[in-house]
Amino acid sequence: MSSGLYSTKKADFDKTLDLTQLKPYGDTMNDGKVQLSFTLPVADNEVAVEAARQLALKMGIIEPTVTHHAPLDKSFSFFVVYGSLSHTVDYTQIHVDSVDVNLMSMDETDVFIHQNFGRKIRVIGASTGTDAHTVGIDAIMNMKGYAGHYGLERYKMIEALNLGSQVTNEDFIRKAVEFDADVLLVSQTVTQKNVHVQNLTELVELLEAERLRKQFLLIIGGPRISHELAKELGCDAGFGPGKYADDVASFICTELAARKQNAFSI
Amino acid sequence: MAKLKIDWEKVRQAREAARQVVDDVHSYTQQFTTTTIERSICRLFGIDGVDPMGVPLPNVVVEHLASRQMLGLGVAYWLGQAAISLRKTPQEIAEAVAHGEMDLTQTDPVDLFEIQLWAEKRAEEAIAKIHHNRIIREDKLREYGDHTGPLIYVIVATGNIYEDIVQAVAAAKQGADVIAVIRTTGQSLLDYVPYGATTEGFGGTMATQENFRLMREALDEVGAELKRYIRLCNYCSGLCMPEIAVMGAYERLDVMLNDALYGILFRDINMQRTLIDQEFSRMINAAAGVIINTGEDNYLTTSDAYEEAHTVLASQLINEQFALKAGLPEEQMGLGHAFEMNPELKNAFLYEFAQAQLARQIFPNAPLKYMPPTKFKTGNIFKSHVQDALFNIVTVISNQRIHLLGMLTEAIHTPFLADRALGIENARYIANSFADFGEDIEFREGGIMEQRAADVLDLALDLLQTIRRDGLFRTIEEGKLAGIKRPFDGGKGLAGVVLKEEHYMNPFISLLLEESRQGSERYHRALASSTEENHE
Repeated sequence: MSSGLYSTKKADFDKTLDLTQLKPYGDTMNDGKVQLSFTLPVADNEVAVEAARQLALKMGIIEPTVTHHAPLDKSFSFFVVYGSLSHTVDYTQIHVDSVDVNLMSMDETDVFIHQNFGRKIRVIGASTGTDAHTVGIDAIMNMKGYAGHYGLERYKMIEALNLGSQVTNEDFIRKAVEFDADVLLVSQTVTQKNVHVQNLTELVELLEAERLRKQFLLIIGGPRISHELAKELGCDAGFGPGKYADDVASFICTELAARKQNAFSI
Repeated sequence: MAKLKIDWEKVRQAREAARQVVDDVHSYTQQFTTTTIERSICRLFGIDGVDPMGVPLPNVVVEHLASRQMLGLGVAYWLGQAAISLRKTPQEIAEAVAHGEMDLTQTDPVDLFEIQLWAEKRAEEAIAKIHHNRIIREDKLREYGDHTGPLIYVIVATGNIYEDIVQAVAAAKQGADVIAVIRTTGQSLLDYVPYGATTEGFGGTMATQENFRLMREALDEVGAELKRYIRLCNYCSGLCMPEIAVMGAYERLDVMLNDALYGILFRDINMQRTLIDQEFSRMINAAAGVIINTGEDNYLTTSDAYEEAHTVLASQLINEQFALKAGLPEEQMGLGHAFEMNPELKNAFLYEFAQAQLARQIFPNAPLKYMPPTKFKTGNIFKSHVQDALFNIVTVISNQRIHLLGMLTEAIHTPFLADRALGIENARYIANSFADFGEDIEFREGGIMEQRAADVLDLALDLLQTIRRDGLFRTIEEGKLAGIKRPFDGGKGLAGVVLKEEHYMNPFISLLLEESRQGSERYHRALASSTEENHE
């Protein structure tokens, strides 16, 4: 055990929770404790350690401690840093857009579709652009599904077509029209330098240019996708980590039913 | 479960040597009492609270007698005499002494036999209270059930009992079975027990009876919600071993750190004082149904874990004999050991596994306490998490009972809420993944692990035979344990050692031993009936 294990400093900050000034919790309210790890493209030496410390200071971390540093190569060094964050956020003023829908089981969804549409819903999905990863689209669409949630292919009232990965936006739209799809599912798993944003923007622009955008329900998903981002990009919904086929299916049928209702009432 | 081949004749010889070492110590220590033993008797008689200066009343009473050179008869004698002649309760007497209104040695003399009767009656009341707590624990364990295999043990150490409770409740919900409240640095060297709820501490929280009570209440509450009995652990070590044992018995602690030698070697407490104190403290732990945790892991954090592995086994055998002397049954002996070998050592995992397995087989009914790696933790939390995973694997395969979880931030800070959650997730993943692994393997005859276990046993036997020859006191004086030399008359607390006089009175000893015996019988009956149920 190192001496660092014992904090002999008296904590003299206000220890009551204030949601207008929310900050991280280590073992005492408002202690602000955070951990971070990163690599610097310089040799591991005292200057590098100081550089890591100064970076932490610039992030707003008070009293940063470099608890670990090690060389990764001649000119790369790795750091683990602990400290207290000075920044706070006003939790009471945060507004988050999320898909707000009643979650239904697979059987409930099938019954719902049967009663509301009397036909199968057609869903086409792909991992578009340069993304070669199908784990996301497979988790939602494949028969077996993921983590105990069956995929859309298993739904009796859903006709699902999974195009796989590296599908261009042009091909995707063409196949969607051929398939007479109701819903487009786009997965973006691994992306660099925000290429997924560019790719999705292009898809929306293409759909609009061909006056097809309103014909489809457009849903995107992936580890860096949020509902808010989806709306910003002009899509109908976005599903991030921890969402499964049942979330997507529940949204699809509820939303399509609502649109049908509106169409009749006009 | 897979078994290593062990030379049981050597185990028998080693146990016999340890027994003689302990007999030898006992024949010396039984001549004495100590200030903290007398204070613990005050507490058992119901004396509590502090004087206007903040001095605990048990200290006031015992100092009062010690300063008059009258402690050799035992505080029970003087309290009894005063209680009978003045018709006051021990608490009223203590308060009067604290206000300078009474000299305990000047009350009217009372017949010795009458004092004994009074003391025994009072003692029975205290034992009834301890018994009542014990039955509450047994009832809850019966109601909720108790899982077999390792119990997940995590620490809280914020310094503030109320913040500790927040963390402990969160840990219980995440899956912890045992919550240990780490004591503030240096409490072991206080010759009194602080009083009341406390909110300031360094690297831990004061062990006070009120803090015990608050945490017990919180754990019972969350336990009722989770339908699991959450065990509470604290430290029964330092200069107040028996007093903290009383507090633990009164507030239903379930596990207490209690090592016969730790205070001597690692806190420089006088060896006579510690060895006298530990016996009475263990009698109280035994009667309260508390699992003691011994501190063999400390041998390995201060010296090389590969080279000194045999000292762990030798110490476990000595601790076992001291425990038996105090009437503490094997199902309450949480003998300690640790996973502390240098991760760079080739085959370190095999040696660790061999040691853990050896301990499991030599102490088959003891709820062994297994400590995670700490010594070779740096600040690299990622490697640390892997070290803990290897430790968790050995724990599960060799079926240790008290599974102290490693924390990825060991060597950085006392655990954060999130550190504990990650540790518990790691342990549960491995417990599930390796559930029946130990049942499914065999050790290669004459393989690396069997050879290692045989070597450790040989060295432990040698060491115990040397200690038997030289005596435990001389062994410690010569620095043969943990490489630390402690003089017979050195260290802290020797002034608190008092020679018992002819009519010395401690009415608790026989009652505590009887309560322990009955408790152990109940335990074995319950075990037998649950085994029968499983067979049906």
